[in-house]
Amino acid sequence: MQPRRDGAPETRKTMLADFDLVIPANLTQALQILSEDATRNGHDAMPLAGGTNLLVDIRARRAAPKRLIALGKLDELRGTTIDNGRVIVGGRTTLTDVLRAPRMAEHAPSLVQSARVFGGQMVRNSATVAGNLCYGSPAADTVPPLLSLNAELTLASQAGRRVVPLNDFFLGYKQNVRRHDELVTEITWPLPPSNSANLFYKLARRKGDAITVVGLAVTLVVESGKCSCVRIALGAVAPVIKRALAAEAMLIDQALTPTLIDAAAGQAVEACEPIDDARASAEYRCHGVYVLTRRLLTQAWERLS
Amino acid sequence: MAEKKLIALEINGRRLEASVPPNQTLLESLRELGYFEVKSGCEKGDCGACAVLVDGEAIDSCLTLTWTVEGRRLTTVAGLGSGEHLHPLQTAFIEHGAIQCGYCTPGLIIAAQSMLDTTPNPNDEDIRLALSGNLCRCTGYTKVFAAVRDAAAVMREGKRSG
Repeated sequence: MQPRRDGAPETRKTMLADFDLVIPANLTQALQILSEDATRNGHDAMPLAGGTNLLVDIRARRAAPKRLIALGKLDELRGTTIDNGRVIVGGRTTLTDVLRAPRMAEHAPSLVQSARVFGGQMVRNSATVAGNLCYGSPAADTVPPLLSLNAELTLASQAGRRVVPLNDFFLGYKQNVRRHDELVTEITWPLPPSNSANLFYKLARRKGDAITVVGLAVTLVVESGKCSCVRIALGAVAPVIKRALAAEAMLIDQALTPTLIDAAAGQAVEACEPIDDARASAEYRCHGVYVLTRRLLTQAWERLS
Repeated sequence: MAEKKLIALEINGRRLEASVPPNQTLLESLRELGYFEVKSGCEKGDCGACAVLVDGEAIDSCLTLTWTVEGRRLTTVAGLGSGEHLHPLQTAFIEHGAIQCGYCTPGLIIAAQSMLDTTPNPNDEDIRLALSGNLCRCTGYTKVFAAVRDAAAVMREGKRSG
């Protein structure tokens, strides 16, 4: 190797700090490795799905796992189906898979809207929906839609499976109930009824390849001229993406009017605990929640009445 | 240091083996192997300069570990055409002047090819979505869009006559 002209020793810098990589061939193997890791090695391995968050964190030295368990070969977890009135998205399904799935625009309009503006094409081709949920960014684009659809996750380990409502999944900033030895195998939600509307809007500096400033999803079901179901999910305005429960309660069993919608939008702002950052001020985020709640509720109501 | 492993790769139709550590990204491997048409930009999935096709689908090689693409078919922009026989996208980018410094061009062409594989007749929204992960800092995207539209038409025609 030629010495550098400035006399400094030639050291080829690697992008990523040192780690070991295991590539299990199927889910059974993956769960076995995670289980052994949990008992023997003291939780030093991390599952690697699309890698579009984790590898960025490793490069920035924000994460330093000793071992990565790459899930790329778990094809049995890839794809979408309908079973028993529920939409099922496998744990290895990418954002692009969601966009290509037949009739997904009917089965999860808000999720499709969010998948379209998720990262850029290359990120959508790699990133998985389950990875987006597990990473738990407060700005995660698929979370408000899936909360608005009342989604549930299936977590599997060698010890068995359990189903967790997405509403109970997050514990705090980037914290969730997934145990170290568990993987998300399925994300499911009930097929939306025909008398429902499900909308999402991403407020960001650009349409694509941008981190969300406010992500807002709304589900409305109208029966006999009144709202029989209301879900409003708020993204990027608190440490955890959550529903605006008090605002929802104002609208249930009501026929919506501009006054009522306006009051609910004001109530949704009360649920926000936003931060000031490089993308937007807390004040702007609150205003965004107000405007988007009003807009999406109005659009949903007009579509159904 | 984690152990290196001999990894079998197929790059632009050529099969080779390379000794690769587990923490090496595909971007690093490709450039080490001399595929300098794959550009290193942001190294965190924002700019798209390092995009390559894996089994025909565009991914950011900076966010892909080389071990995980063993046995898959890799294509860089140089694998789409040759100097004598350019790919329709490469021809269209030249004809429209959709290039200034050229650093983003390999990634833009790879992203466009990946989209045209599944969307042979794209509208402007399709193109916008497909290229949203590719940043050009010289100019704008107007000529790029025109080039992709033209190339798509040429490729549809080629399929019809071929």
